[in-house]
Amino acid sequence: MNYWPLAGIGIVVAGFALRFNPLLVVVVAAIATGLLAGLEPVPVIEALGAAFNDNRYISVTWIILPVIGLLERYGLQQRARGLIESMRGATMGRLLTIYLGFRQITAALGMKDIGGHPQAVRPLVAPMAEAAALKTHGDLPEAEREKVLAMSAATDNVGLFFGEDIFFAIASILLIQGVMESAGYPLAPLELSVWAIPTAICAFIIHGLRIQALDRRLGRVRA
Amino acid sequence: MITYEWLYILAGGFFAIWSAFSFRDRLFGNGAFWGLLAASFLLGSHLTPFANGLLVLAMVGIAGVGGLKRSDPPTTTLEERTVFAAKLGNKLFFPALIVPLTAVVGTLLYNYTPFGETGLFEERRETLILFGVGVLAALVAAMAWLRAPLAAAPEEGRRLLDSIGWAAILPQMLAALGAVFALAGVGDIIGNIANQVIPEGSVLVTVIVFALGMALFTMIMGNAFAAFPVMAAAIGIPLLIEQYGGNPAVIGAVGMLAGFCGTLMTPMAANFNIVPAALLELKNQNGVILQQIGTAIPLWVCNVAIIYIGGFLLWN
Repeated sequence: MNYWPLAGIGIVVAGFALRFNPLLVVVVAAIATGLLAGLEPVPVIEALGAAFNDNRYISVTWIILPVIGLLERYGLQQRARGLIESMRGATMGRLLTIYLGFRQITAALGMKDIGGHPQAVRPLVAPMAEAAALKTHGDLPEAEREKVLAMSAATDNVGLFFGEDIFFAIASILLIQGVMESAGYPLAPLELSVWAIPTAICAFIIHGLRIQALDRRLGRVRA
Repeated sequence: MITYEWLYILAGGFFAIWSAFSFRDRLFGNGAFWGLLAASFLLGSHLTPFANGLLVLAMVGIAGVGGLKRSDPPTTTLEERTVFAAKLGNKLFFPALIVPLTAVVGTLLYNYTPFGETGLFEERRETLILFGVGVLAALVAAMAWLRAPLAAAPEEGRRLLDSIGWAAILPQMLAALGAVFALAGVGDIIGNIANQVIPEGSVLVTVIVFALGMALFTMIMGNAFAAFPVMAAAIGIPLLIEQYGGNPAVIGAVGMLAGFCGTLMTPMAANFNIVPAALLELKNQNGVILQQIGTAIPLWVCNVAIIYIGGFLLWN
């Protein structure tokens, strides 16, 4: 067996470690893999071009940016901050835990577009969490403030990843079904999606505890 | 019938405008990069695969030499924004909600009411097409309500787009890498190696190797979708299901989730990990990943336990 195409994986890892531009790393890895598998240069470039073209739907979602940018121009982030500052007893820990549950449940119901980084985290969740942390703990060092922002984005990711597979009509469940069926194991999407529930519960508990731990740690940093 | 092609023309138009504005501001790298992406959206379906490939190489070349810069389009000041926020109040949230509501409610109506029988949308494409409809509706509503200058929407969009930069097309590029890997037979090679490494007879070790392979391969590819067919063909189906008689539903579903734990820990999953760091203007590009590792590792252990218990102990 020709093991040389695996060098492409090595190129990806090394390219990232050496901090080359990731787009460059990916394309060099793709071309190297194709050539090492014994393909001619032109078919490799054709395969790359065809696959990039077939996956354009992934990048369509950026058309939302003018909507978010326009609302930010008129104070969306400031309004989100104001909303949380007016809430009594809204700690960062409670706010992000509620958002985690909200994101998991809405994703499990197929509403995975309700959250997201450009739509929800930048304009709403992150400013709200920051405002709540400042309200409870007072001014924070820059490094701690960044942790709160990063935790807001992390909470969106965890909520989405470990909620969406409970919804049966989603691409990853359809992909599992397709792979299993072609191997001779026909399964209904619902049989698969119920098995996403135990992990979803674990994710809520583990990430919820970590959010609370961060909130407590911020208190100690100030003290 | 409305197809993805309509969305591509819409998105191509957006990118073309961003390209023109970049050239006007003498940001030539940005202008060329977004212009080539616009060309891919507008003309990609009519170009040969080789021409599309050259287009990809040109974009990567621009990004590779650091041709993309942050832009500074005209916008409101912090003080003005605070005044607007006080004046406009919570109504500011409504236009943002139009997009997900259109996508979700529209999808439900299309699938569960006679609306679907009209065949208005290409099959299984309705959610993303409705997302595009929602964006247009939200733009019209926000522009009419706020009476913003006409150039404000594209300029504010460009401000966000240029803060994301080249990372905006990394997910699409990774999908293309996956296609080339498949063509080169990388999956078959990994399966071959896995079979030689795993000791015979140990179910738990095989489960761990399967889950570890899902997480690691996901970290390399930035996407569990690319890892799943490889690891299922290499270990999941031949060993866990056929040799040890595990439950296919658990192995498939939870195996994928073990891959998602890898997604939390890799810069390759740019849209989840690098894009938000840029959007939140974090100094550390990996700040989001650092907050996720502490969740991902214990959760991966949970997934191993769920596969072992649910897929084998409870199943047999």
